[in-house]
Amino acid sequence: MPRAKIPRKSTSVDMTAMCDVAFLLLSFFILTTKFKPSEALSVMTPGSVSSKVAPEKDVVLITLDKDGKAYLSVSDVNISQKQDIIDAMNTSKNLGLSDAEKAAFVKKADSYIGVPFSQLKSYLDKTPEELKAIVLPGIPVKDSTDNELKDWIAAAVNAFQGSKMNLLVKGDNAAKYPSFQGVLYAFKKNDQLKFQLVTTPVAAPVGSELWKVQQATGSKAAE
Amino acid sequence: MAEMDTSGGGGHKKGPGVKKAKKLSTRVDLTPMVDLGFLLITFFIFTTTMSQPTALKLNLPKDTDKPDEQNKLKESAALTVMMGKQDKVYYYEGLDPAKIQASDFKGIRDIILDKKRRTDPKDFMVIIKPTQDATYKNTVNMLDEMKIDGVARYAMVDITSDEYKLVLLTEQANGIK
Repeated sequence: MPRAKIPRKSTSVDMTAMCDVAFLLLSFFILTTKFKPSEALSVMTPGSVSSKVAPEKDVVLITLDKDGKAYLSVSDVNISQKQDIIDAMNTSKNLGLSDAEKAAFVKKADSYIGVPFSQLKSYLDKTPEELKAIVLPGIPVKDSTDNELKDWIAAAVNAFQGSKMNLLVKGDNAAKYPSFQGVLYAFKKNDQLKFQLVTTPVAAPVGSELWKVQQATGSKAAE
Repeated sequence: MAEMDTSGGGGHKKGPGVKKAKKLSTRVDLTPMVDLGFLLITFFIFTTTMSQPTALKLNLPKDTDKPDEQNKLKESAALTVMMGKQDKVYYYEGLDPAKIQASDFKGIRDIILDKKRRTDPKDFMVIIKPTQDATYKNTVNMLDEMKIDGVARYAMVDITSDEYKLVLLTEQANGIK
């Protein structure tokens, strides 16, 4: 009796379908990715177990760089508030800013203030290329008698009156505590007692109290 | 379908002088393309989730001089932690700074949990006092520690000069510059 013939089948699989899926997913992720804008201030934020995503609108952000210098920026969508803040500062401190200088803060994306009032006029005159070349002194915060951030926050609170303001602090790992203390002082003086610290997310350590809560509720309970 | 043409020299010859053009398969091997596709997908998946910064909420109490508005604190229920140079943590129980002890960020979790177990949960309070040598990272890590350990009541307070002196002395004794 002849043996039954087993037909030889090719072991290679058709890759076309898989390729289609791969590139469909790829195009989806490319389109949904928002790349981090190249930041003029590079800050390495500390990690925290908080899972609440930092807001992006109506933000007044205080950045502390690695030397503990403070910078102030307002989210780009809030153009009218930016204008109000710089106008208020111009009048109350007699800075004598021209419209072009004000526009340098208001109109430009990712603009930030990183100088004392005395240098503000010349700072706003500079082009972005010139700014990269110089080292900014930051807004004075460390000394409570000369805390200029206090005035900036006051102007921001005024400008955001009636609407929600998200006060954010984004500090570098290596920034020393006294500058953070100075920022807290500026907040307290303006009765801004609720704010958020920008952090990099990390998972709760296994076995800790928070971890148990998260396991029990099946969600991220940290806010 | 997507196989390589490995059949070797083309079929049978018709005759000695007739040369038949080799039939090339039009199918292309898509495996490397799929590899590349998935590699890029992984890259984009990682970049989307990683760039999402989170926010740690912090509420400060209002500074007040009126004693009836200030929070009361039981001496036995208090734990004070102070952050010093080189990521070191110093702590004492109660209100006597002289009982200062040295630890670090790894050890402080057990100390906090141990104290929490021994005290009435509604009185237990951790007082965080960063020294001027502490970094912003230390401060945030300590606030985060409160969240990890489930400490409901904690406060950030400025350090007194006596306490700072004690921290400096302990640092000297432990040889930390």
